[in-house]
Amino acid sequence: MYFVSILYAGLFYLATLILVIGVARKVYIYSRIPAPLKIPTTPAPTTKSGVAARLFREVVLFESLFKASKWTWLFGWVFHFGLLLALLRHLRYFTDPVWSWVGVIQSAGVYAGYAMVFGLLGLWGRRIFVDRVKYISSPSDHLMLALILAIAGSGLLMKYIFHTDVVTLKLFMLGLLQFQIKLLPGDPVLLIHLGLVICLMSIFPISKLLHAPGLFFSPTRNQADNPRERRHMSGGSRA
Amino acid sequence: MKKLEFDIPVITHYPKTPAVQPDAMAHCQPFIAKTEHQESLGFPGELVENWHDKAIEKMGELLGKYRSLQVFMDSCVKCGACTDKCHYFLGTADPKNMPVARQDLMRKVYRRYFTFAGKHFPKLVGAIDLTKEVLDDWYKYYHQCSECRRCSVYCPYGIDTAEITMAGREILASVGVGQKYSNEIIGKVFKIGNNLGLPEPALVDTLEGLEEEVKEDTDVDVRFPVDQKGADVLLVTPSADFFAEPHVDGLIGYAKVFHQAGISWTLSSHASEAANFGMFIGSQDNMQRVAMRVREAALELGVKRIIVGECGHAWRVAYSFWNTLIGPFDFLDPNYPAPQHICESTYDLIQQGALKFNKEENDDKVVTFHDSCNVSRASRMGTMPGGQFVIPRALIKASCNHFVDMRQETIHEGTFCCGGGGGLLTDDLLELRIKGALPRVQALHEVIEDHGVTHMAAICAICKSQFTKVLPSYGMGMDMIISVHQLVGDALELGKER
Ligand code: SF4
Ligand code: SF4
Repeated sequence: MYFVSILYAGLFYLATLILVIGVARKVYIYSRIPAPLKIPTTPAPTTKSGVAARLFREVVLFESLFKASKWTWLFGWVFHFGLLLALLRHLRYFTDPVWSWVGVIQSAGVYAGYAMVFGLLGLWGRRIFVDRVKYISSPSDHLMLALILAIAGSGLLMKYIFHTDVVTLKLFMLGLLQFQIKLLPGDPVLLIHLGLVICLMSIFPISKLLHAPGLFFSPTRNQADNPRERRHMSGGSRA
Repeated sequence: MKKLEFDIPVITHYPKTPAVQPDAMAHCQPFIAKTEHQESLGFPGELVENWHDKAIEKMGELLGKYRSLQVFMDSCVKCGACTDKCHYFLGTADPKNMPVARQDLMRKVYRRYFTFAGKHFPKLVGAIDLTKEVLDDWYKYYHQCSECRRCSVYCPYGIDTAEITMAGREILASVGVGQKYSNEIIGKVFKIGNNLGLPEPALVDTLEGLEEEVKEDTDVDVRFPVDQKGADVLLVTPSADFFAEPHVDGLIGYAKVFHQAGISWTLSSHASEAANFGMFIGSQDNMQRVAMRVREAALELGVKRIIVGECGHAWRVAYSFWNTLIGPFDFLDPNYPAPQHICESTYDLIQQGALKFNKEENDDKVVTFHDSCNVSRASRMGTMPGGQFVIPRALIKASCNHFVDMRQETIHEGTFCCGGGGGLLTDDLLELRIKGALPRVQALHEVIEDHGVTHMAAICAICKSQFTKVLPSYGMGMDMIISVHQLVGDALELGKER
């Protein structure tokens, strides 16, 4: 079992590096490229605080998606907030003593798993049954859904059927945070669950998951509508 | 008219999203620019030999120049939210006219040459080599997008297909395949000063004709000055306003408003064009060169204000880009926005009580309003976000008793393009233009049936020309489309005490 522990520990470190460096690199690239012209999609806020509010609504409420398609919004929103809650719930494996608010959301966090599965199945259904969405889907789009669904599914399996030794698991995770390799329980479902998470972390910076940082750099959303009031100059503005 | 080789879409009672029909518009593309029209804009005259490498190189250059392009290439999650938002898809059913699919024409190539996943696992992520077939597809489908930005309203990441279309067209032009219509027009602006190639004497002549016409109609001496040094206002308006119908009635409307408000104004023969097709072809250099004529004219004439006439994309360029490209406007009167839209100016005059209307003059009309895409989604009027929706409607309501709006999801930021914007207003794309007008025509049809609408007012030269051309295909009168300032001008009480 010790070999598996070392392997997973190594993979976790590697995946974390890929994720952090990969995303940081992209963010750096985005921030270096000029936005030479003012192109907010109007009507747009005219002030910085208005822009912050617009981005907040996009991130938290998926405002534009809501305007576009109620079904996609429902599935997408439920999935993402299920994901958020599930992630927060997992903080209990990384904190000792467990932060009190993480304790509070534990019970709600269980439903988050179901919410994720519901949302993912809905999104996948659209990919298969709506001819327009089917047309634009690549194999990677299906695989991405399969991957996240498998993560959520294996998580739920552990919760309800194949319980794992969470105490040992927690020691392993806390160990990782202190650069010590502790024993990882050898349950197959757990290893699958963690393996898939490692996968997801590693492909994040080279996949469409970049939509997460991308939103904040989208000039149609993050620019204030004030071109007459303030002369916009950025990099290539001066041709 | 020549018999059409395609079917006019049927207007159904409710708007319908069609089932995809691959390649339904694969036969459709505009004429390719001739050597001379390419070269006068600084592009190679014909397809260069090493087009593949040049195109990839250009793409790399643009990715480093426009943050929008780089972020949009990476961020799409293929959620499909935009797939039913483009009027060209709704009108043609060709899946490559779905915004995301239009982007994917470039994204697939981007992935292949610029991303890890596409270099090593092309099949998995749908990455493809740039072949001649792909380049041809770019030419076709980047000329089936009017850069209207409707898709960007609905995309959860604000991905604006117009930005990608512009990049696509710029890459194409840079390897030698530009579009004839747009490039030829830009060439005329450089040479003569306007899209129509109307030289100064002809312009003066036309305007004198208009003075006589208004005099006959109203018995008032309304002037149409050109190159008048020391005037307060420089009016920059699309050249179609000088003689195309129904545009010219809008120009008469502006002149009447200036006259009645006692504003001294002038046109310029050097900058006798508000349109700026440099934006359509995605060329910031050409856009700047066209726009610079306005700055030159304003300085030369010593005006205090610049007002822009009714034109959608011109207003986008003026409002959003002028300050960056040809600013700063520190030589203009700071009490007025620079530039100012003609509707803003008229609206302010109404607020001040400087204009009186006899609305009964327009009692023969039930009017609706077509929001132009570039005004709605790429600019603003007034001080409040959304002023671009309120102000033109306020002008219509000030001059007409009967006004109704079209279906909610087809107006304001959700407005449908007329089908002829973005450099597509050419007869070699007539099929696309007719089919692309379907969603707007559908909404118009509804208010005709339900409210007896007789006229649709617009504030865009392209919209006006496009509807004049395509409405008859749908059994509607070509004279249904009118200028907002025609309504204003017809109802304005002239000559009475101010
Ligand atoms: S910008 Fe307009 S024409 Fe172009 S893809 Fe988007 S909706 Fe269609
Ligand atoms: S709405 Fe945006 S993210 Fe969704 S498919 Fe269209 S372009 Fe991609």
